[in-house]
Amino acid sequence: MRIFKNIYVKSIIVILCFILAELIYQKSHNLRFISPIIILLAVALLIILVTKIILAKQFKSFLFIVPALAIFSIFYIYPFIKVLQLGHYSWDGILPTMKFVGLYNFIEVIKDKVWWQSMFNAGYITLIALTFQNALALILALACDRQMKAGNFYRMIFFIPPVLSEVVVGLVWQWIYDGNYGLLNHWLVALGFNNLTKAWLSDPHTALTCVAIVHSWKGFGWGFVILLAGLQTIPKQLYEAARVEGATSWQVFKNITAPLMIPVFVLVAILTVLGSMQSFILILTMTDGGPGFHTEVPVTRILSSMIGSSRFGYACAQSIIFGAILLAISFVQKRISQNMRQA
Amino acid sequence: MQIYRVKKTFTNILVHLLLISVSIACLFPLLWMFGSSLKTQATVFSDMSIIPQQPHFENYVTAWIDGGFGRYFLNSLIYTFTVVFGIVLVSSLAAFAFSRLEFPGRKAFFIMLLAAMMIPLPGSFVPLYVLMVKLHLVNTRLGYVLCLINVGLSFSIFLLKTFFDKMPKELEDAARIDGCNRLGIYRHVALPFVKPALAVVVIFNALNVWNEYVLALIIFNSKNLMPLQRGVMMFRGEFLTNYPLLMAGLTIAALPIIILYLLMQKYIVKGVISQAIFQ
Repeated sequence: MRIFKNIYVKSIIVILCFILAELIYQKSHNLRFISPIIILLAVALLIILVTKIILAKQFKSFLFIVPALAIFSIFYIYPFIKVLQLGHYSWDGILPTMKFVGLYNFIEVIKDKVWWQSMFNAGYITLIALTFQNALALILALACDRQMKAGNFYRMIFFIPPVLSEVVVGLVWQWIYDGNYGLLNHWLVALGFNNLTKAWLSDPHTALTCVAIVHSWKGFGWGFVILLAGLQTIPKQLYEAARVEGATSWQVFKNITAPLMIPVFVLVAILTVLGSMQSFILILTMTDGGPGFHTEVPVTRILSSMIGSSRFGYACAQSIIFGAILLAISFVQKRISQNMRQA
Repeated sequence: MQIYRVKKTFTNILVHLLLISVSIACLFPLLWMFGSSLKTQATVFSDMSIIPQQPHFENYVTAWIDGGFGRYFLNSLIYTFTVVFGIVLVSSLAAFAFSRLEFPGRKAFFIMLLAAMMIPLPGSFVPLYVLMVKLHLVNTRLGYVLCLINVGLSFSIFLLKTFFDKMPKELEDAARIDGCNRLGIYRHVALPFVKPALAVVVIFNALNVWNEYVLALIIFNSKNLMPLQRGVMMFRGEFLTNYPLLMAGLTIAALPIIILYLLMQKYIVKGVISQAIFQ
């Protein structure tokens, strides 16, 4: 019977009583007289419960988390449930009429070629961020780890792009890439490469790579900061010991730095993938998904399903599918990192 | 030994060359943005120097008054202050309770908070918009502020909790003997103890709120309420090819963040590192 002392169990019993009373009242005419009795019982239990909670010493402690819990429930849990529900409806977001369509939205998303192209584009940006951006971050972190005084100065500079907003970065770079007035073309002409000039962001062949480069420009400082913090946790005596033994720089990196840094590498990799797959504001400001659908990413597709074509149910179905894919990716990555740690 | 030293100096020079060239690549677009904002529409496409010979500050006046940047700037300030204040208040209360107080469901709620952060929710702006419509908070300051408080909440609670956990029990007991109740301990003992973490929470969230764009895009349609990032995009729609003016606007949007960053660098870096570990 101890379990009934738990206030959560008691409150669930109260709720169940109300539901039971309601059901009996609706379904059966003969037994209707029971339901007021059940409700009376439930109300009595509720009153006891509430007074007990309020009189308890712990109630005041609980009050401390009430604001956080309220905001969290309204602005996180409710939207979360709402997405799962709306994904099964066809709804324009305004009219009260919502039509249940089951899994139709999901099937349509899976059949949508533009959706998979947007997924490919996000994958491409992520791949460049994962290789090029993180390699640069690692090289710079290794270079700065040796000379800490100068390292702090460089860290200050490298972390400026990450603190800027995507809107500012996107608009400045859009101008640099501009076909008619852009700085990049101006320099190419000045250096004599007239035939290389083009409208970088309207050319289907270059647009996505240009966006990915800006993404890496904005992001490498972030990886650099985390990698540098990781490098600084490695005890200096290890390096000194290796040097005394006559190890070369490459041997030191391979046998000391890399093995000790594996958890940090994995962390940076996971966060790079999750962040890059979901980044979209740079794209909104630079190309808005164009030319054609060449720079669309999943989140810009969700946004245009919602704002552009007012298909809220479809947008939610896209969110669910994309969220599930992200969850799967992070799960796989965490698994791999666990295996590596054990090995 | 001589050869070794020469080799070492040589590698040092190479390393610094690399670092300096990357630094230039980092700073150049910003200098270009600032330099161009001082040019006029007539000179911007011919004068490619970073700092123009005759700086024109009219662009800033035009952007501030005609472009509405004065209003956007004020809005951004209002949102940043209220959201950061809200986050500090709500998250420190909750973190204190999770770390120091006993109540049923303490662990369950904390795990729920953490689990929610692990599950990615892309496109969460769709249900948030639906919610805003239901609560009649579309195009209101309150709706935007509440949404943003929620965005920064979990991370702040987590960070503050790890600091509250480090507080020695003796401090708490001493305060209790002196007649402090729970709220008193929170206010007079615990909060001062976690000051460094509070600084991280404040700076880090201020940065995020100032740079926030997508919720502002979803929630606001009245120019009087828009923050800077949204305002910049409106502004670009109006003055499409007036690059010097646009760059002046972007400088206005970016400068406060750069200054805040340069002053509070330590706390921002700390925040980034602890957020990475948290996830």
